[in-house]
Amino acid sequence: MIDPQMFQLVCFYAFAAVTVLAALSVITLRNSVHAVLALVLTFFSTACIWMLAEAEFLAIALIVVYVGAVMVLFLFVVMMLDIDQEKLREGFVKYLPVGLIVAIAMLVEMLGLIGVRIMHAQTMGDNPATAAGLSNTAWLGMALYSQYLLPFEVAALILTVGVIAAVALTLRQRKGVRHQQASEQVAVKASDRVRIIKMAAERSADSEPTPAQESKP
Amino acid sequence: MGEQILNQLVWPIIFTLCVLLPLVIAVAMYVYWERKIIGWMHVRMGPNKIGPLGLLQAFADVVKLLVKEVILPTNANKFLYYLAPMIALVPALAAWAVIPFSDKMVLSNANAGLLYLLAMTSLGVYGIILAGWSSNSRYALLGAMRSAAQVISYELAMGLCLVCVLVLAGSLNLTDIVHAQAGKGMFGWFWLPLFPVFIVYFVSGVAETNRAPFDVAEGESEIVAGFHVEYSGSAFALFFLAEYANMILVSFLAPILFCGGWLSFFPESWGVIGHPSILWLFLKVFLFANLFLWFRATFPRYRYDQIMRLGWKVFIPIAIVWVLVAGCMKYYGWVHVGTGG
Repeated sequence: MIDPQMFQLVCFYAFAAVTVLAALSVITLRNSVHAVLALVLTFFSTACIWMLAEAEFLAIALIVVYVGAVMVLFLFVVMMLDIDQEKLREGFVKYLPVGLIVAIAMLVEMLGLIGVRIMHAQTMGDNPATAAGLSNTAWLGMALYSQYLLPFEVAALILTVGVIAAVALTLRQRKGVRHQQASEQVAVKASDRVRIIKMAAERSADSEPTPAQESKP
Repeated sequence: MGEQILNQLVWPIIFTLCVLLPLVIAVAMYVYWERKIIGWMHVRMGPNKIGPLGLLQAFADVVKLLVKEVILPTNANKFLYYLAPMIALVPALAAWAVIPFSDKMVLSNANAGLLYLLAMTSLGVYGIILAGWSSNSRYALLGAMRSAAQVISYELAMGLCLVCVLVLAGSLNLTDIVHAQAGKGMFGWFWLPLFPVFIVYFVSGVAETNRAPFDVAEGESEIVAGFHVEYSGSAFALFFLAEYANMILVSFLAPILFCGGWLSFFPESWGVIGHPSILWLFLKVFLFANLFLWFRATFPRYRYDQIMRLGWKVFIPIAIVWVLVAGCMKYYGWVHVGTGG
């Protein structure tokens, strides 16, 4: 008999191990495309862990947004770059102390957070979605659009500002570039492009000789 | 214990095979039908030598592909080169897990079915990008780049169309979405209130599967065959299978989301022909699948910038506006959503 809870625990550790390994290989792999793919795997296994924690909507949203869109663009850019691996490795020793200090500071902060949580010893309540008798997605939608409407809209506004700023930063107005105007192309009339001339189908016998005939001796 | 293993392991595998094996055969027959239809539209016969009416042509092609050598290009990234076709195929097959064939016939009646579909279809592009990059070829890389940009652009429009459907149906569950269209025959389906979105959805589906007239990723006349130019034998067959499985998937989704799935064209009060049946679903799928072939036989290929303009400046604005319209329809009760079941 397979104990469901035991199985869930085993799955959790398996997914967690994959996540950690993939995250490590993001920073250790030499090939930058491989590193991006390791990052994709990290996101994917994180989504699996969230799925185990019954956060279906967040898990699938992670895959749709990050794996399906953001990472594809990332991969796109990394593939186009011609990164000199040797040059990147040169600074490794020089920046090692700084990196170590940052890493230790982050570790201390994380341990501090974990310590605070343990001291409070808060037990997590029941899954609010299950308690409300709704599906995960429906409950999240209810919460976001009623209880947390203002923070949600503020976040949306900040993101929009970010998008506009990014476009404004990269937008260059170049002179002398010819763009196609779709509306003009559609609105064009045949009479603008082709002139139809009425003429007789046959040349009359007494017409002037053609230039070719003229040149003959 | 034996019974538990049977219920949790053996039956799901058998059910999955019951979907996947017919799917693979459907792909083979779809390829045959495509060649026939395009042949007739070009006033030629199409395949007619192997088997009666050429019916075994597709299977002969499969055998040919499987016994051919898989060639690894010089300086190709071996691991990713072999991984790419599998990455392309797996999401194309995994998406079928949530497709309902009739009221009770569905592998996984997931509540977040629509989201799951969106996730799976967005993963398929990795196979294309990796194939293009790992085969160490200019043509392949160009094809992969075009394909990635195109798939991402049209995925946005497609996602917004799905938002319209789920606003009206009030559910992400595909079975519930079909039930929400029940009641009034074909005039109760979502294609009527969501007509612009229905068109946008299907055209985006054609674009997302990289089919003609949006097949610049393959563009035989410019970049030979795009991302899979270096692939041969069974590796190529996997890409082929993935592409056609995706086409059939889109042909299933359009009826399920917009045309009442397995519901009859006629109101239920009309007796036998008003009854919902899996045959209705297959009829609708057949019609949509034929549209793909019709498009291929009739439309010239779009230019790349035209594809981008259509996606970003036409489809996405239409879909965004119709999300608002759908919200109004739901809020003011303009559309009566059936509960069926």
